[in-house]
Amino acid sequence: MDYFGDPNVWLPWTFAALMSFSILIYVVLDGFDLGVGLLMPLANDDEKDRLVASIGPFWDANETWLVLAIGLLLVAFPPAHGVILTALYLPVFVMLLGLILRGVSFEMRAKAPIAQKPMWNFAFFAGSLLASLSQGFMLGMYIMGLTWTLPHVAFAMITAVFLTVGYSFIGAAWLIWKTSDELQKHAIKWAKGGIWGLVLGIGAISMATPFVSKRIFERWFDFPQILYLSPFPIASGALVIFLWWSLARLPLKNDRLSWTPFTAAVGLFTLAYCGMAYSFYPYVVPEQITIYEAASAPESLFIILFGTLFVLPAIFGYTLLSYYIFRGKATELRYD
Amino acid sequence: MDTLLLSRIQFGANISFHILFPTITIALGWVLLFFKLRFSATGDRKWMDAYMFWVKVFALSFAMGVVSGITMSFQFGTNWPGFMETVGNVAGPLLAYEVLTAFFLEAVFLGIMLFGASRVKPWVHTFATFLVAFGTTMSTFWIIVLNSWMHTPQGFELREGVVFATDWFDIIFNPSMPYRFVHMMLASFLTVAFLVAGISALRMLWGDKGEDVKSALRVGIISASALIPLQILAGDLHGLNTLEHQPAKVAAMEANWETGPNVPLVLFAIPDDETRSNKFELSIPNGASLILTHKKDGVVPGLNDFVTADGEVRHPRVAPVFFSFRIMVGTGFAMLALSWGGLVLLRKYGAGKMPKLALFAFCAMSFSGWIATLAGWYTTEIGRQPWLVQGVLTTKAAVGDVPAGMVLSTLIGYLIIYAILIVVYIFVITYLARKATRGEPYSIRRYPRGGEASVAPLQAGA
Repeated sequence: MDYFGDPNVWLPWTFAALMSFSILIYVVLDGFDLGVGLLMPLANDDEKDRLVASIGPFWDANETWLVLAIGLLLVAFPPAHGVILTALYLPVFVMLLGLILRGVSFEMRAKAPIAQKPMWNFAFFAGSLLASLSQGFMLGMYIMGLTWTLPHVAFAMITAVFLTVGYSFIGAAWLIWKTSDELQKHAIKWAKGGIWGLVLGIGAISMATPFVSKRIFERWFDFPQILYLSPFPIASGALVIFLWWSLARLPLKNDRLSWTPFTAAVGLFTLAYCGMAYSFYPYVVPEQITIYEAASAPESLFIILFGTLFVLPAIFGYTLLSYYIFRGKATELRYD
Repeated sequence: MDTLLLSRIQFGANISFHILFPTITIALGWVLLFFKLRFSATGDRKWMDAYMFWVKVFALSFAMGVVSGITMSFQFGTNWPGFMETVGNVAGPLLAYEVLTAFFLEAVFLGIMLFGASRVKPWVHTFATFLVAFGTTMSTFWIIVLNSWMHTPQGFELREGVVFATDWFDIIFNPSMPYRFVHMMLASFLTVAFLVAGISALRMLWGDKGEDVKSALRVGIISASALIPLQILAGDLHGLNTLEHQPAKVAAMEANWETGPNVPLVLFAIPDDETRSNKFELSIPNGASLILTHKKDGVVPGLNDFVTADGEVRHPRVAPVFFSFRIMVGTGFAMLALSWGGLVLLRKYGAGKMPKLALFAFCAMSFSGWIATLAGWYTTEIGRQPWLVQGVLTTKAAVGDVPAGMVLSTLIGYLIIYAILIVVYIFVITYLARKATRGEPYSIRRYPRGGEASVAPLQAGA
């Protein structure tokens, strides 16, 4: 019981788990609504309104997971927060610019004079693109250990493109679930066009990560780890095959299985993410600072944990309530 | 310019832009709840019309607040890593509680409040409106707690230069927190009162004769005139609290260089940090002593007390604090004059027949709350310099090691986008007012009141 006895061990671990969990939720939730933004130029004018309507009630809350994730990094691992964010100064700036542009144009496209709507639609797309690309770029830089060398930047640019395509895929999968008729058919087409990005992205990260450090390589390929880690790639492969199969057959009668591409996409994101988390544990700054070295004082973490235990279930409760209230196919956004 | 100054300007620019929108949403949420409850109680359509107009302003302001707020959460790490490394054990839990108890509450229920009216029962929608308003207020509370702690820190101990919390009650209820919280809440309500009155006046000038506009104007003027005396009182008490805990700030606000009795109230001057004196001073004898100590010969602290023996200046630059304090107080008294004048005219002529000049004045003062709020924050925040956390951590020690050129280029980027967004924001609000004046209907749906059977919503085009 020593492991659970020492708060200097289990508190940082718990907070690392909480933080990773928030990042995962953020990537999935904001992933689909950034993805919907990325698909804007492909949709016609009527469809654009429905694209936005499908994410309207959710996007504010989705972005709050980013604030929670970055907040947990900030409060639980202050030195790591400083190191990571000063290293990623410029991409963070670009992402914030994108998120600002996106959030503002979301409101403006509906409220500004109709003649300006194409401009705000474009801003909505451009903001989503900037945010997705910079997040992918940061992911690549993080994997490469946050040092700015030419090969690292080149790798980060590749992950930027892949994550962006991956987001557009999960966005399309969301639309398959939340829309119908012509738009749903378009979404299926978009999803088919995006799945390669997801596959290549996950592939590139899985290939590159073990070769960044010997430690990570051994974690994956030493015997017997390789045995009980094998479900990761196998399950991922099965999900990809399922997606290929179902996208070729959708839409089915009575809208059967329209929810499955999104669920499978969430599964893929989750598997890839867990694999990454396994690779980097126990480091919060790759190969430099572990979660145990970076953690705040136990008494401060206790205070946060105490609140979290009460509040997090409530957050889940009312988030589910919101998805339940806005269940079914997306309808026009109206204030009345 | 060096990284420190540029980072300060960047943080100042980001938080100035950010605070504009919460200042509106904090109080506007409660005003919307008021409109909604009036509608439920009276069934009078005008309250729902007022709700429908202002909820659009709320949605727009909320989105601006969210996206500019995300920027803030990153600024700590990108520009001020020393802040969390030193005081993270206190600041961390406070920020975490803000996200957990406030941000999610407001963000999730905002979706239901904005788009859920046709999908949930009326009382659920009203309750969602309440939770959004409550969430914004909770968020204000936590962030004010942290900010106040940075001004008047207590309940902690220093171990090897790092702050460790010892008493959370002392940290949360630190000496300046109650004053600052009340001052900020009132500032938010005044900002909204003048915004509501100003935009309603604008619609009247454009010829809008709607009952909802008249009622909104009444609500704006009456609440403004009731709150502004309270705000002046709260501000005065806050000032006395600052005198006790941060005398250097008060000395800068008053541009008083030498500690002593019978200190005059400086109405105007150009404080000079080089010569350490005031130029072109115009003052009322004994004024500062009277205001701050309620005695003619009361002792008021002077700036020269805050220079160490080896010449290090431990007080803020005087001119920015001095002038922003005067802008805040001046705006406050203009608000007092206009709202009370407006109240008299309201009693005499009624909301429908207000003289044009008064309507113009309210229009001109629509965003006066922003000016007063920003000036007030500049007074208190610049007034804390050179400290980031009073007596614990200097601003200089917290700044990140980022090249000045990088900070400058991102600063320019932020400033350009903020300037554009402010113009667009004000333009869109006036555009919404113009559209409403032209009488485009808010809704074709009949709103059910609480307790009535709800009618099936009409689909657009049906």
